Amino acid sequence: MDLSLSTRTVGDRTVVEVGGEIDVYTAPKLREQLVELVNDGSYHLVVDMERVDFLDSTGLGVLVGGLKRVRAHEGSLRLVCNQERILKIFRITGLTKVFPIHTSVDEAVAATD
Amino acid sequence: MATVELRFSALPEHVRTARLVAAAVARRAGVDEAVLDEVRLAVGEACTRAVGLHRTNNITAPVRVALVEDEKKFSIEVGDEVPGSPAGAGAVPGVRGLDGEPLPGGPVSDNGDAAESDDEMGLAVISGLVDDVEVTSGETGGIIRMSWPTTPAPVLP
Repeated sequence: MDLSLSTRTVGDRTVVEVGGEIDVYTAPKLREQLVELVNDGSYHLVVDMERVDFLDSTGLGVLVGGLKRVRAHEGSLRLVCNQERILKIFRITGLTKVFPIHTSVDEAVAATD
Repeated sequence: MATVELRFSALPEHVRTARLVAAAVARRAGVDEAVLDEVRLAVGEACTRAVGLHRTNNITAPVRVALVEDEKKFSIEVGDEVPGSPAGAGAVPGVRGLDGEPLPGGPVSDNGDAAESDDEMGLAVISGLVDDVEVTSGETGGIIRMSWPTTPAPVLP
């Protein structure tokens, strides 16, 4: 299964809906998407991972890279994920402390620091 | 000989195939359904790492994956053909070279090298997921060995 990406704007947030498998082959597409959004001035991102079937360390690397980019513009990158098998990878790597992880897009969009 | 052996060109698009095959063979071998996600992720990480090592070292040889079904465990070996100590192998606690010496290249502070930090993250995920894991490196290349317990298959009528 390939990676699917779609973006929409909600207020001052940009929601990136990701579906499929994020691995060494597909992660570059997600990286390009995040880089493009930041280059276009979207600094508050919400990455919706509810339809992600697989995520590996390459995908984590891309998300961390995205976070670095938005932070350079005092922006934010929030994740939406309820899937235990995906959340487990964030826990193993300690990244639950790095990313705000929300249970719904609404919650992530409404969140402020 | 391995139950199933897989060799693939060191290309990112083939890593998914390795994951699918490994999960299918693991399921057949009697690895618990709840653990199959871990098998899939761990073998994917090991293959991703091997593909990266082959590509950065311009090695045209394929990456090798051996899936071995034993009586009580299911083992996966992912071998690369990059000689010497794989970068970052020392980051996994207890990892030794074949000569028993600790490997150089332990956790590296942020050096801005994306490939290397990805490699370390992959090993970190593997060591977090798999209880029985061994990373070795020799003159002919490195091997990541992982194993999971199996439950005996039910007797079919």
